[in-house]
Amino acid sequence: MKFWTKILKDFPWFLWSGWGSIASICLFLALWDVGNQYYGDLILPSPYAVFASMGALFREAAFLHELLLTMKRGLLGTGVAVLIGSVLGLLAGRFATASVMSRPIVTILVGIPPIAWIVLAMIWFGLGDMTVMFTVIVAAFPIVFVGALQGSRTVENDLKEMMESFGIGFWQKVRDLYFPYLFSYLFPAWVSALGMGWKIVIMAELLSSSDGIGASLAVARSHLDTPLALALVSTMVGVLLCVEYIILEPIKQEVESWRA
Amino acid sequence: MARLKVEGLQFYYGITQILRDIGFTLEAGQVMSIVGPSGGGKTTLLRLCAGLLDVSEGRIDQGFSRTAFVFQDARLLPWKTALENIMLPLGRGDKEAREKAQALALRFGLEEGDWVKYPKDLSGGMRQRVSFARALITQPQMLFLDEPFSALDIGLKEELQRYVLEANRACGMSVLCITHDIMEAVKLSDTIMLLKSDPGEIVGTYTFDAPKDARDYAYVFEQTHALLRTPLVRETFDIKVSL
Repeated sequence: MKFWTKILKDFPWFLWSGWGSIASICLFLALWDVGNQYYGDLILPSPYAVFASMGALFREAAFLHELLLTMKRGLLGTGVAVLIGSVLGLLAGRFATASVMSRPIVTILVGIPPIAWIVLAMIWFGLGDMTVMFTVIVAAFPIVFVGALQGSRTVENDLKEMMESFGIGFWQKVRDLYFPYLFSYLFPAWVSALGMGWKIVIMAELLSSSDGIGASLAVARSHLDTPLALALVSTMVGVLLCVEYIILEPIKQEVESWRA
Repeated sequence: MARLKVEGLQFYYGITQILRDIGFTLEAGQVMSIVGPSGGGKTTLLRLCAGLLDVSEGRIDQGFSRTAFVFQDARLLPWKTALENIMLPLGRGDKEAREKAQALALRFGLEEGDWVKYPKDLSGGMRQRVSFARALITQPQMLFLDEPFSALDIGLKEELQRYVLEANRACGMSVLCITHDIMEAVKLSDTIMLLKSDPGEIVGTYTFDAPKDARDYAYVFEQTHALLRTPLVRETFDIKVSL
């Protein structure tokens, strides 16, 4: 409880520290506008046109529906990957044989490009929800798995021995040793998995689905509607930025304050 | 009366014998040191006594109900503050536990500003203060010391040793201490056991009757000097220079 109030209390300070990032985003917008003046509206519409198009998008109920659909797919897929990856990774780390055996499999999984998974998933599941979520799951799973594996491989025996020397019980060990330690490995892995999942979900939708942001992007491409395409891209980036900086980053700073 | 009794203890790592036929009894309220060269199986013996390693041959009867351990390195949880680390063995974070930890922290020379610091922000000496406070918060009947003074400066070393002797006198806490420092052993112990290495075997036992808090430098130097002159000690530590 104290932990969450601390996060909330530090939040305004955290926002204030964001001026540097805002300045760099403004610089980026300025460069974008220069590009627009040089290449013209068809190739690179001005930021203003794109944001106007974005505003129009957000006023459409249909678009909000698509956005929610994409978010649902991304979150569900990532959630499943996080769950399975964490559990299997932690388990595999407990046994030397399992961690040695799982390593090449993970390398193979990481090595297969997501686009190949999309093709396979389209053959296996047809077009639709399942294909998209499956691709997200297989792409995000190895990231979480490796994080969890490393965490559980390296739990410090010295600290474990210390807790045993005080006769500390299993549940307190979980609470005070395993959980904080493993969380410091798992949390960054979850964050990367979410980033990965969000990119993959759009790609999978573009290729294999008739709804969602990815599908809207495919429509924008076929209409050569560059402002719409860029508005969709900006929306995607915006959602990721919001999640990353407003939700995840403050939690991360609090969780890792003992590290720095 | 609770006591620690070791009989016919043998210990092997693979086929290498680490400890051979160890036997001794530590009565309640006694301070005992095991002195020997590094790598001679001292730490193994201490771990066996504290129940951190399983006994395969021989017997260890550890009759004390509350025990605590201080390691050579402080072994604090890096994600907990100094005060939370001290409270760890209590297993709860209520007001009473917190007050107890605060009182102890003050006694161990940790000021209020240090309580909220994480171990990374504490000096090595501070960390060892926290580690001692953590060990003593449960008021253990038996304290295991694994060379916890070896990396400390002389002032802090003597301060922490004084706390240990205080707890020994006031609460009758027994202490089993391993060290390679004979002077330290002479200062703290009722009994010193000499452990030779390869394999670890107790080759000598020395008792000291002078009251522990009355032992001044002169006494400690004199007794250490006498010990260092015995052929057994010289052989065990492989001392080549003459005194």
